[in-house]
Amino acid sequence: MASTILLMYSHGVSIAYAVLGIIGQRPSYGYDLKKDYDLYYGKQKPLAFGQVYATLSRLLRDKKIATQGAIEPSKGPERRLYAITELGRNDLETWLTTPEEQRPDTQTVLFTKVVTAILLEKEPDVYLDAQRGAHIQRMRELTTLRRESDSLSERLTADYALFHLEADLRWMDVTLGRLKPLAKEIRRER
Amino acid sequence: MSDSDHLLEARDVKKAFGATPALRGATLAVARGEILAIMGPSGSGKSTLLHCMAGIVEPDSGEVWFDGRRLDTLDEAGRSRLRRTSFGFVFQFGQLVPELTAEDNVALPLLLNRASRKKAYTVARSWFPRLGIENLERQRTGEMSGGQGQRVAIARALAIEPQVLFADEPTGALDSLASEHVMELLVTISRKQGTTVVIVTHDARIAAYADREVMVRDGRANIARSRAEAAL
Ligand SMILES: Nc1ncnc2c1ncn2[C@@H]1O[C@H](COP(=O)(O)OP(=O)(O)OP(=O)(O)O)[C@@H](O)[C@H]1O
Ligand SMILES: [Mg+2]
Repeated sequence: MASTILLMYSHGVSIAYAVLGIIGQRPSYGYDLKKDYDLYYGKQKPLAFGQVYATLSRLLRDKKIATQGAIEPSKGPERRLYAITELGRNDLETWLTTPEEQRPDTQTVLFTKVVTAILLEKEPDVYLDAQRGAHIQRMRELTTLRRESDSLSERLTADYALFHLEADLRWMDVTLGRLKPLAKEIRRER
Repeated sequence: MSDSDHLLEARDVKKAFGATPALRGATLAVARGEILAIMGPSGSGKSTLLHCMAGIVEPDSGEVWFDGRRLDTLDEAGRSRLRRTSFGFVFQFGQLVPELTAEDNVALPLLLNRASRKKAYTVARSWFPRLGIENLERQRTGEMSGGQGQRVAIARALAIEPQVLFADEPTGALDSLASEHVMELLVTISRKQGTTVVIVTHDARIAAYADREVMVRDGRANIARSRAEAAL
């Protein structure tokens, strides 16, 4: 259950732009890139080397980055220095200043379960109570993690998840208080 | 007899205000040293349950046990003594005397417990650095921000080293950052002192500081499902 909740919130950072941003500060080797990424974003979920090079080759293909200096084919890709291109910098700038699409779909699973429970004449409040318990449990874990962490980035990441879980909980509380009229509405439409 | 693991217990507690039933049989046990959050919709009876457990409100029926003794059958003098010596209280607002300085406010419960003036003020002042409000000792609490006031309120509640700290929406009037600071202090100090905490809150982020949460619905307390049960 907790892992489902984690998944719901792990869409967060777009790896490609995070990587582009790191290269945007100064040219970087693949290995250093991974280290920087893990430091800023990946303490809990480090980037695999495979992901690093897949991301780099995509960025190279799209001409958002370029390799610098002579390429020694004998050496592995980690010996190449990657630098951002003009195109890459413009793209990064656009990404940074464009508001994110809202994600209205995050609640559909919860909502679908409630409606399905009503349709099957089961008790949606039993499901919502259980979901509520799982959410708070996850919030407790994140709160402990945040309290014990001395990294501000890590704490802010935990806060982000906590506020989103809280928003779900508020929706569940409101829904719990409106189950009867909801059931009526759904049965009328059937 | 009360279970020795449980410092505080409500058993089938009922309470009505006139025709309004506030508690319809609430049962709840709090372990020694536990930090428990009570949640639930507005008007469900959370505050009434807290008041019954703290001996502020007398239940119509049912039992309240504290430290192996019946609390609800004590007379008002007995309950008042218990509240003064064994319980600390933090509410959303209103428990500080606004015209008094912060240190006067913190010293007050110690003086009421017959500590000498010198002792009361020494103890009171020792709380200010612990709560990050040193330099506010001489400020009137009526002239403080909400967050500063709540820290003084926590100092006041904890200064007598209570066995139980009862908190009702202690961060209800604070923004997220100030709430976090207040909860952080409250939880850290309570854990260090082994104080049992019962905290009523609407805020799930506040409840997440607790070891466990209980939902009150329609005057009844439901033990929230554990994660294992929820996964079934
Ligand atoms: N002193 C009182 N006199 C009359 N009715 C009361 C009193 N205290 C509480 N009630 C009633 O008892 C019920 C439960 O109230 P209580 O304050 O315990 O709810 P609560 O869960 O704390 O609500 P909130 O979240 O809004 O603080 C409500 O219907 C309320 O109106
Ligand atoms: Mg209340």
